[in-house]
Amino acid sequence: MSVRHALLALLSEEPKYGLQLREEFEAHTGEVWPLNVGQVYTTLQRLERDGLVAAVGDEESAEPGPQKAYRITDAGTAELSDWLRTVPDLSTPPRDDLVMKILIAVRVPGIDVHEVIQAHRRYLIELMQEWTRLKEDDDGADLSFALVVDSELFRLDSVVRWLDAAEGRLRRALADGWTPALGAAGAHASPGAAGAAPRVALPRRRLGTRR
Amino acid sequence: MSTVMNQRQTVLELRSISKVFGKGAAEVQALRDVSVSVAKGEMVAVMGPSGSGKSSLLTIAGTLEEPTSGAVLINGKDVHAMSPGAKARVRRRTIGYVFQDFNLLPGLTAVENVALPLELDGASMRRAHLAGLAALEDLGLGEAARRFPDQLSGGERQRVAIARATVGERQLLLADEPSGALDSANGEGVMRLIHAACKRGVAAVVVTHDAQLASWADRVIFLRDGRLADQTAAPAGPETLLETPS
Repeated sequence: MSVRHALLALLSEEPKYGLQLREEFEAHTGEVWPLNVGQVYTTLQRLERDGLVAAVGDEESAEPGPQKAYRITDAGTAELSDWLRTVPDLSTPPRDDLVMKILIAVRVPGIDVHEVIQAHRRYLIELMQEWTRLKEDDDGADLSFALVVDSELFRLDSVVRWLDAAEGRLRRALADGWTPALGAAGAHASPGAAGAAPRVALPRRRLGTRR
Repeated sequence: MSTVMNQRQTVLELRSISKVFGKGAAEVQALRDVSVSVAKGEMVAVMGPSGSGKSSLLTIAGTLEEPTSGAVLINGKDVHAMSPGAKARVRRRTIGYVFQDFNLLPGLTAVENVALPLELDGASMRRAHLAGLAALEDLGLGEAARRFPDQLSGGERQRVAIARATVGERQLLLADEPSGALDSANGEGVMRLIHAACKRGVAAVVVTHDAQLASWADRVIFLRDGRLADQTAAPAGPETLLETPS
């Protein structure tokens, strides 16, 4: 999440004080991401250093603080516009703990993968229930909040759907004679291979090392 | 909250329900020893992969089908022990159904569709019509009352179906994939309506594969291979999420 650009966006409306920026940031993000005022001042200092914002009026020399208001510069406006149109890098899959756990669970003998999948599914749905209750209580009154909650619900939903798909795929693989220990070597490996240590063949390169 | 739920009147109780279709080699065990209770005002969602027994559970709860073993109790009364007439009355008066494809009768207007179960139950046409109109108005559909199903949008059709399922003194709402092919905003609208019905005291069972819809429920139960495999914990307070440091 870019606090930097969020502050530029708020300043694009009119010049504002640091404290005001913090309050508006929280209001505009549905109060889901708390921001301390120290972060606001540090970010403003960096923005000022980069020429994207400027202090207003006589306060130009003052330390950042409650008395100092900022306005966005032309360079800041251009930067904000660029940022909004730049797609975030989604080309590298994030290293996802849950994906790792399921990939490993299917390889470890004696593990009931369905049970592992269900434990994660239940937790995800319980989280979704909590978000839905928040959405229901708010009843669409706060647009930013509704957008944030929707985004969380879709994100969690996609994980649940992946678990559903994983379970279906696993079921079909098991029906086709796949077994955890043989899986990596193929279903036609010698029977002796069944007792061997599981081959945890994770596609490391493709999963990348982001974060 | 869950203790309050438990003290509430149980509207639907399924006791050790099993259901077998076919015989011999073709035998399919759709449900195995499933027990579920749903209290007044409670919404329970049923999730599970295709073939897990979700729809069988719903048709058995709705008395549309008999279990192979086990008992269905509605408001404490064993459905199996009822006379055919009494069972039909329960079906007409106590239970409302919402289906994936809405099942509205094409030759009837919206209000006639909603009034139909009351008329079948012996209410005068006028009384049934007024109650139907009131139910539609509650769902913001007063103006669509005289339109036919093919003159309504998908979202409107589904609201009519919910009005029909909750009209009169219905206490149990059974829904099978109630958002059907609706987009997410309309799907959410459907769940808000069912939730509102629960707040008025209706007990609801919603079968769905959609986690976002299921997340409206007070409790989500998971079926797998006809068994009740798991269920969500009692709801936590709504504050907990926002207190989590991010």
